[in-house]
Amino acid sequence: MFGLTKRDTTLLLVVAVLTIFAPFILNPFPEGSAMAQFNAGYPDLMQRLVIFGIFAIGFNILFGLTGYLSFGHAAFLGVGSYAAIWMMKLLTMNVIPAIMISVLVAGLFSLLVGWISLRRSGIYFSILTLAFAQMSYSLAYSVLTPITGGETGLQPKVNDPRILDAALTEGQNPRANLFGLEMGTSYEMAVGGWIFTFNAGYYIAAIVMLLAFYLSIRIFRSPFGMMLRAVKSNQQRLNYTGLNAKPYTLAAFVISGMYAGLAGGLLVAMDTQVGAERMFWTASGEVVLMTILGGAGTLIGPVLGAGFIKYMENIVSKINKTVLEQWFAFMPDGIEDFFITIVYPFVGKGWHLTLGLLFMMVVIFLPGGLVQGGQKVAGLFKRKKPVDDKPDGKTTPAE
Amino acid sequence: MGILEVKNVGKRFGGLQALGDVNLSVAERTVHAIIGPNGAGKSTLLNCLVGKLIPDTGSVMFDGQSVLGRRPHEINQMGISRVFQTPEIFGDLSVLENMMIPCFAKRDGAFELNAISSVMSQKDVVERARHMLDEMNMADKQGMHASSLSRGDKRRLEIGMCLSQEPRLLLLDEPTAGMARADTNNTIDLLKQISEERDITIAIIEHDMHVVFSLAERITVLAQGTPLVEDTPDNIKGHPKVREAYLGETQTAA
Repeated sequence: MFGLTKRDTTLLLVVAVLTIFAPFILNPFPEGSAMAQFNAGYPDLMQRLVIFGIFAIGFNILFGLTGYLSFGHAAFLGVGSYAAIWMMKLLTMNVIPAIMISVLVAGLFSLLVGWISLRRSGIYFSILTLAFAQMSYSLAYSVLTPITGGETGLQPKVNDPRILDAALTEGQNPRANLFGLEMGTSYEMAVGGWIFTFNAGYYIAAIVMLLAFYLSIRIFRSPFGMMLRAVKSNQQRLNYTGLNAKPYTLAAFVISGMYAGLAGGLLVAMDTQVGAERMFWTASGEVVLMTILGGAGTLIGPVLGAGFIKYMENIVSKINKTVLEQWFAFMPDGIEDFFITIVYPFVGKGWHLTLGLLFMMVVIFLPGGLVQGGQKVAGLFKRKKPVDDKPDGKTTPAE
Repeated sequence: MGILEVKNVGKRFGGLQALGDVNLSVAERTVHAIIGPNGAGKSTLLNCLVGKLIPDTGSVMFDGQSVLGRRPHEINQMGISRVFQTPEIFGDLSVLENMMIPCFAKRDGAFELNAISSVMSQKDVVERARHMLDEMNMADKQGMHASSLSRGDKRRLEIGMCLSQEPRLLLLDEPTAGMARADTNNTIDLLKQISEERDITIAIIEHDMHVVFSLAERITVLAQGTPLVEDTPDNIKGHPKVREAYLGETQTAA
């Protein structure tokens, strides 16, 4: 189906079902219960999960396939965001032109950065991309203030030109919309103790993510994707086989830059503001972590990694001392204090510590990321099953 | 005139004159061996032919066109394929994929943004790659990871990948280095078969005299960056200059 093999179609459908039912899946605990703070089914976080999923899917096309490690992809996300917000200021609050222009501008910018950075490989390539991203960040903060809003950033104002939209009266706020459907629109469904929120912005982002994911499967399975894997495997052989590695890597770089721009445009569509900190090097580092944590070079890995990190960032960081005291309240006083002291550094503001430890464990024990972990678990179950479903002993050949 | 004409090629690395003044002519549809002691400049010469190095002086003409200043992939597209000393294959890819890549290079040229259709839908390329694997007697290994092949199979695969491009000139850099005797003999047989069955010129750099004398129709002896003699294998065997280059000037060995 959709020009994919059976296995890839299954994967796509599973991801589609998960994203469509995410408001249920991410809200497993009833409202008001002690576990309710682990619920991630609120619009802002769900939007971030899928948007950063897109960012990581695109990054994986470059890093996962070619092995070129870019440390500057946040720059493309930032540039895409600025482009989108200017569309909203000048043209219309409709998100379609904003998202389209963010992809286009990020693509052009990544063409320039890639064309220069890809003159080198390995660590030198990484440093060049990092330098470009930090330069963009500094410029956005200083000389480019007229375009970027400097420290205050940009957001749509009532008196912006917006030539396609009707003028707003004083007191009205410009809201991002899709032909009138506002991104912030939500429908809440209460079932027993649970409240499930269905948000228009989330579903639009989710559809874009599914399209982006589908496109990445096609790229992975195409001759182009195979050439990119060949670049990673043995660039020397590729050159001596009459293939020019440079345009292949540049195309991968631009495609991943466009994915980053798409993510940036969607971020603006959901939350109409941009600041330069979006381009800071830690943001570039985050997408590297997402991809490696989930499993670089795998299809679903980056989405998992992005979801995992964004979930931790928003949920684990919310756990504070009061919450811990509630959890351990059943213990005798002395032991309770002891446990709180031990756990406290790993939650709240210390969530990075937990993430760092997890990242180390994944890199050491599961170099293939969470996907490899999943495969290992699946392997354990398979071995227990008797082999009766395939009597001829035939196995499907690797793709 | 030969298919490959090397004229007055010189290459210097700092104070070392790696190639002095090399003249070499490889006739079409022959097997031409280049031999010489360590440090004679064999590999430097080869690298000058494939675009890895650019000689300081002289000219290299392939089929009437200069290869100098062209990059490796351009030279390959002209019809020169190279087999490396240690097999250079795509270790992370399957054997079939390894064979498909040169087939794509042959069909689509140095770059083609074919990013939407699936690899397996490119029937002509898949067909061609399978056929080539058949010829190399590797059809049963097509699903394997190339890195898990044996040394001899890696060499077969690499040669097969080069042949699938239908090159006019095949360059081999010590193709049997580090191989067991059986694998060496297999490789010799394979190369013999290739040169008999195909419209191809083979230039081979080799240490192993057994390989050289089993295959070559012409031999060039290189010493200290200059060709000493060029002749048929029979005449090279007893040539005093060759003995001198290999064994040293005086006859202390006796």
